[in-house]
Amino acid sequence: MAERRSFLLGAAAVVLLPFDSARATPEALADLIREVTGGKELRVGRVKLDVPPLIENGNTVPLTVSVESPMTDADYVKTIHVLNEKNPQPHVFSASLTPRNGRAQVGTRIKLADTQKVVAIAETSRGEFWTASAEVIVTIAACIEDVN
Amino acid sequence: MANALINAPKTARRGDTIEIKALILHPMETGFRPGTNGTIIPRNIIEKFSARWNGEEIFAMSFSPAIAANPFVSFFTVARESGRVDFLWTGDQDFRVTESVIITVT
Repeated sequence: MAERRSFLLGAAAVVLLPFDSARATPEALADLIREVTGGKELRVGRVKLDVPPLIENGNTVPLTVSVESPMTDADYVKTIHVLNEKNPQPHVFSASLTPRNGRAQVGTRIKLADTQKVVAIAETSRGEFWTASAEVIVTIAACIEDVN
Repeated sequence: MANALINAPKTARRGDTIEIKALILHPMETGFRPGTNGTIIPRNIIEKFSARWNGEEIFAMSFSPAIAANPFVSFFTVARESGRVDFLWTGDQDFRVTESVIITVT
């Protein structure tokens, strides 16, 4: 009986392993954040991350990032990055802006493989990094389910 | 190809900040999903989206597989002069689609 149980546990581990290895982790997210900021200070604020707190279908999650910025030649948002914690890859998108955009706001639709944290980072022309994050609960995941 | 849809105002006042929305038909296959025969479906995504107003780049965005199928993007820009806005999507498997709109600035 004990042997059978350990076999079942082992089989379960083998089945679960491929999914786990294909996931980004909080560490991968932290690594990517370091890569994006180049190790500079990341401050919370100025960025507004609009994403529903509860999602039924992770295949299409509406998301809007807006950043408080005068968007003048002297001070504008250069890049907006969106990253995540538990999709197969931590990167979602990077958008390049100029003063010509007038308003630092980008909207799109993303996929979320699991209930997780989504992070937005804005880099300004002055070399500052601002961030905001949101927890999203996903009831039907995207990305890793079988196609039937 | 008529599988891209742009929503932008036809006219704008000079100096106004206008919103432009772009939608394109594309599966955005992640490359992480097994198909019905158990093998992984190869990745097929759009990697880059950009917009040019009379040749000057006004917006650019790079996508990862985590962008939903049929990518939708909305962004803002200041209307400076009348002209054509060209949109370009490029990606895996030599994917390349262009679309343009004319905006009259008064």
